[in-house]
Amino acid sequence: MGEMLVLIDHSEGQPRKLSLQMLSAAAGLADDAGASVAAVWLGPGAAGAADTLGAYGASKVYHWDAEEAHGFVTLPQVEALQAVLETADADVVFFASTNHVKDVASRLAIRVDGGVITDVTGLRVEDGRFVAIKEVFGGDLITTSKVADGKLQLLGIASNAFPAEERGGGSPELVAVDVALSDDATAATVVSVEKQTTSDRPDIGEAAIVVAGGRGLGKEDGFELMEELADVLGAGVGASRAATDAGWYPHRYQIGQTGRTISPTLYIGSGISGAIQHRAGMQTAQNIVAINKDAEAPIFQIADFGVVGDLYQVVPKLIEELEARKG
Amino acid sequence: MKVIVPVKRVPDTAGEKVIDKETLTVDRDAGESVLCPVNEFAIEEAVRLKENLGAEVTVLLVGPESAQSVVRKALSYGLDAGLQVTDDAIAGSDALGTARVIAKALEGVEWDLVVFGNQSTDARTCLVPAAVAELLGVPSLTYARHLHVEDDKITVHREHEEGFDVVESSLPAVVSVVEAINEPRYPSFKGIMAAKSKPLDVKSLADLGVEPEQVGANGAVATMYAFEPRPPKEAGTVVEDDGSGAAATRLADWLVEKKFV
Ligand SMILES: Cc1cc2nc3c(=O)[nH]c(=O)nc-3n(C[C@H](O)[C@H](O)[C@H](O)COP(=O)(O)OP(=O)(O)OC[C@H]3O[C@@H](n4cnc5c(N)ncnc54)[C@H](O)[C@@H]3O)c2cc1C
Ligand SMILES: Nc1ncnc2c1ncn2[C@@H]1O[C@H](COP(=O)(O)O)[C@@H](O)[C@H]1O
Repeated sequence: MGEMLVLIDHSEGQPRKLSLQMLSAAAGLADDAGASVAAVWLGPGAAGAADTLGAYGASKVYHWDAEEAHGFVTLPQVEALQAVLETADADVVFFASTNHVKDVASRLAIRVDGGVITDVTGLRVEDGRFVAIKEVFGGDLITTSKVADGKLQLLGIASNAFPAEERGGGSPELVAVDVALSDDATAATVVSVEKQTTSDRPDIGEAAIVVAGGRGLGKEDGFELMEELADVLGAGVGASRAATDAGWYPHRYQIGQTGRTISPTLYIGSGISGAIQHRAGMQTAQNIVAINKDAEAPIFQIADFGVVGDLYQVVPKLIEELEARKG
Repeated sequence: MKVIVPVKRVPDTAGEKVIDKETLTVDRDAGESVLCPVNEFAIEEAVRLKENLGAEVTVLLVGPESAQSVVRKALSYGLDAGLQVTDDAIAGSDALGTARVIAKALEGVEWDLVVFGNQSTDARTCLVPAAVAELLGVPSLTYARHLHVEDDKITVHREHEEGFDVVESSLPAVVSVVEAINEPRYPSFKGIMAAKSKPLDVKSLADLGVEPEQVGANGAVATMYAFEPRPPKEAGTVVEDDGSGAAATRLADWLVEKKFV
């Protein structure tokens, strides 16, 4: 019986929500695949997180925490995964389909002659191989893909595509791996890490609810209103490109074709017209709310609930109403 | 210093996409095709390296003959030369196949730095830059929102969800840029005219020494074999705010009903 590897994305000792979703997805397919689920934890904190990983389906945790795991770019993770693959009997690796992790998968695929499928939103097993569903062209087309037989399957899992479900597993077996880094792996160094988030709002990629603002806010201060609404709902805050281009909100919060792709259960857009490039990043949200004063704005075509009105009248009133209901 | 900017031809996002039912690939000759907009940021960065450091910049495109207009378009921003790899056998390549062709093309020319877009607007895999770096055995400093070259060293601000990492390496290296890095200028009339007579080298797979079975649909390791359009969405509720605040109340009711509160 083989193993399905899940590369855990983590921050400050905690697995990110997407990692728990990946473990759950893997655990749900384990019987069909005839394999057990093993997490791969690179960096510090494996022992502390082991029980959580076990609860979501991992029966083993491969880990590596050397000094060198932190100060260099991409290749240490690639080489650590190579080392895991030499011990584990695995023909599939799930990884978080986010920018930096995609680089790890891409370089690993070249090294081990694997195939990569990114942004996977659905999975099933056929004849022992994985069939991946992904949406392309901003969600206009739903496609089915596979990695060629005999090749390592590197599957990048999209955020919020699979539920994170505790399964009540026990403590997983911890297996330390030895990694001898090549010279190449230490050629690019991390000089410093600039954390710019000051709030404890959830990341828009992970958040169940995302509140987004656009050019219709008219000014940078408009985002204070967005943040206020977000905090009532426990949501993350995103922006359209018109708003990030204007410098009202940082680029890393941009939603759309050239920004983040999000799939929350609820998206609330205010003062956003719903241009095709914006929709490409959010139209897979389960519920879409639009607040826009122009009844003809294209965002209303995909909205489950639309309010035609001035956001500066609607949003403050909405915040008031929501606060009242929360009691 | 020699810089290469790999650019892709993509269907215009705003236009209709035509999928070839036989090959299950985007028909790049149907509908309007453009220079991938993300590549404009890479081109702008290369133009600045040219202005500031006297870099010599070549654009590289892997794609059919009809994509030559996109190479000329890229040259119109003031870049020096074009290199296009064209071969029927390339059709249907996956990201790693494309990366193999790009890497082979780079092996045949001199370069110190390759500046990619972080993604293409159609495939959006972001896989190509790191794969090319791996094939060439150099660092991949990707998702740059700032880059600086001094002597033999490159420093990049590598964007992530919580801010950015400052990373550096020596050249040669591969970088990819995000659109926050700069504001691309428009090509000048002079640039557009000059682009027509800039040197443009066209190579086949045989010229590069790539075996046809390594690339294209046959060499693709990850393949899409079925697709369907997204099911249409049911029309939602739309309420008009009449100034009384009733619309906000109805929205709040709806959010409660859906258990978001
Ligand atoms: C290559 C490329 C990539 C792109 N990538 C992205 C991307 O990743 N993400 C993205 O978002 N865009 C992207 N765009 C830009 C996109 O085409 C649109 O220009 C952009 O999304 C518009 O942002 P917006 O909706 O905030 O502004 P607008 O389109 O100007 O819409 C503003 C809306 O606000 C409404 N409004 C104004 N005042 C009020 C008020 N007081 N109350 C209520 N409503 C009000 C108006 O009716 C209008 O509908 C890209 C474009 C290109 C060419
Ligand atoms: N066919 C191609 N020819 C040249 N460059 C390409 C090609 N495909 C992708 N690229 C480059 O790789 C980047 C990332 O694309 P992708 O990995 O497809 O998201 C693009 O912005 C281009 O710089």
